[in-house]
Amino acid sequence: MSQLHISSSPHIHTNKTTTSIMLDVIIALLPATIAGFLIFGLKALSIVLMCISVCVISEVLFNKIVKKEDTTDDLSAVVTGLLLGLNLPATTPLWQAAVGSIFAIVLVKCIFGGIGCNLVNPAITARVFMLIAFTDLAKPAFPVDSVATATPLVQLAEGSEPNLLDLFLGNCGGAIGETSKLALLIGGIYLIIKGVISWVMPMSFIGTVFIFSFLVKDFSLTAALYQVLSGGLFIGAFFMATDYVTSPATPKGKAIFGIGAGIITVLIRLWGIYPEGVSFAILLMNILNPYINIWSRRKLFGRTK
Amino acid sequence: MVFYLKGVHLPHRKNTANFVPVRMTVPKSVTIPTSMHIGAPAMPIVKKGDSVKVGTLIADAGNGISAPIHSSVSGTVIEIFDLLMSNGSTAPAIKIEADGEQTPDENIQVPNVADKADLVKAIKNSGLVGLGGAGFPTYAKLSVERKIEELVINGAECEPYITSDSLTMEQYSDDIVYALETLLKYFDIGKVIIGIENNKQKAIKIIQSAIKDNEKITVKILPSVYPQGGEKVLIYHTTGKVVPEGKLPIDVGCVVLNSTTTAFIGKYLKTGMPLIEKTVTVDGSAVKEPKNIIAPIGTALSDVFEFAGGFKTEPKKVLYGGPMMGITVPNMSYPIIKNTNAVLAFDEKETIISKTTACIRCGACINACPFGINPPAIAKGLKNEDFEQMKSAGATLCMECGCCSYVCPASRPLVANNRLAKQALREHSKKEGK
Repeated sequence: MSQLHISSSPHIHTNKTTTSIMLDVIIALLPATIAGFLIFGLKALSIVLMCISVCVISEVLFNKIVKKEDTTDDLSAVVTGLLLGLNLPATTPLWQAAVGSIFAIVLVKCIFGGIGCNLVNPAITARVFMLIAFTDLAKPAFPVDSVATATPLVQLAEGSEPNLLDLFLGNCGGAIGETSKLALLIGGIYLIIKGVISWVMPMSFIGTVFIFSFLVKDFSLTAALYQVLSGGLFIGAFFMATDYVTSPATPKGKAIFGIGAGIITVLIRLWGIYPEGVSFAILLMNILNPYINIWSRRKLFGRTK
Repeated sequence: MVFYLKGVHLPHRKNTANFVPVRMTVPKSVTIPTSMHIGAPAMPIVKKGDSVKVGTLIADAGNGISAPIHSSVSGTVIEIFDLLMSNGSTAPAIKIEADGEQTPDENIQVPNVADKADLVKAIKNSGLVGLGGAGFPTYAKLSVERKIEELVINGAECEPYITSDSLTMEQYSDDIVYALETLLKYFDIGKVIIGIENNKQKAIKIIQSAIKDNEKITVKILPSVYPQGGEKVLIYHTTGKVVPEGKLPIDVGCVVLNSTTTAFIGKYLKTGMPLIEKTVTVDGSAVKEPKNIIAPIGTALSDVFEFAGGFKTEPKKVLYGGPMMGITVPNMSYPIIKNTNAVLAFDEKETIISKTTACIRCGACINACPFGINPPAIAKGLKNEDFEQMKSAGATLCMECGCCSYVCPASRPLVANNRLAKQALREHSKKEGK
């Protein structure tokens, strides 16, 4: 008889793999991607596809150059590309989308050692880089058939009030994938049900934005809801802040991260020079993440000293 | 208020839950190792050519903590040789050719128990060791002076596949209750709690009705979350007590006995027949007819599998025990030993050899660990020989239950790393001590 296989326990394993998790994230982002296409048209789709393909190609080439095994089969580069694309306005020139994608994969992810080793979220960091490098991007796109003059957050800053239902469905200005809160919510709930993300992060992030703006906006429920339903809060809270590599491991840590990101978001939105603060908030909390992980360690069972 | 510790939901795969154990035909020969327990190996007192009967003492307990060993068949000793056990240690093993008669030893008699010392001595003479897990000699566990505030009976059986404990609870509830009543009589025991997972409703009902109105014995129904049967986990969930790191259950007034171990005590007190056979769950994707088999100790795995109809596909991995903590065997000449509660054979498809990929810091391992250990930090400490980090991340607390490795999407060898870290820490503290 042939030799029996010898191995260390355990001998069974969950079906989850890195690839299956990334695939779930892609599935969860499909509603938002479709919404982006319906709201902003074919241009939106071309930007998203550009980001995905440049991200994947960058990773393949980088690994080839540094003679590392190809890692694109884990689909994380696809997720980065998809998230970056959905975070860009539909007016973004394709070449800028490509530059942002290379930045995300090469400078933020691969240089530090690839998946699991990056210090900050590649898509968020690339988005912030593009916002600063290509100043036109600060001016967002609008739905193809709309005559809006400003995004909800700009409108709010200027004192006018957008329609809450429009904000929820996504019929307003903003980045391709961030406007339809309904689509993002469907995807987010899918990820929570599948056990890919914990509810703690989106709950604490969105909850903090709601409570904080409720308090500073003279206890106005409507004003607080505007803050919650505007800008990139949903895509940020469900899909970007929950990035495993750059967010805390324990529920306690996720709560600290979410509350911190929520406070920074409101501070930037209401008192900063940029109308939107979600990306900056997540990026800042990414930087604090190693410390949050230390502060939020689980208590060891039975350890007395 | 006790919050349940973390753990993982595993597929139960209790395929043999309704298979009442059947006694297998006596094998042609048995190989009985002298090291089937924690502590010193037993010392053989027979030699080649001696004839033995069922229950004949063939090896005396060694010095210190040890357990005696009895023949499981009637026949002739044909060889005493050094056997490499699957835990890596080598100890003599006694090979006996069976005559097929299964004549019981005429010296076997019901033990005379009049006090606590008699009871402990009887349990020692029976050769009993912990039948659910590590095989710690039971008499040693019971050699305590202080009051046992809670005697916890482990009927969790949280590993997938294994049903031998629950079937023992169903079939031998009288023996279990008899053992508990005897222990309550001679020991200073506050109360007895029988912890059973809620996926064993039949066993729960039978045990509950067997207890009748004994106020000191209660059944605690526990959620089916692995590792419910881990000693410290079970103590916490049944009594709310935390066993401090490096301490024993008795330090917080608890003693834990496996349900099958308890049933054996009852049976032994009634018959005097020492521990010579084991109910073993035989299952796994390669096995033709999964079932529960009562096998003489020392029966080769190949004989046990043959009695289960042989294999439907070629086995690629064979385990002693369940899939979470079981130990692989290199070949099927290895015997059933005292603490074997299952033997599983898996085909190629279930012999997972997954590719380890990069850690994506998802935290699944950290959140699955019942004890709050941080496996990636231990792995990092191990790599850098940073003993402080291994310790602060909780390496010494690890019970090797396997939850972290089970949930890891990158298939990282987390439990294996924890084991290595524990070993490194042991060696380091030895060096420091000198």
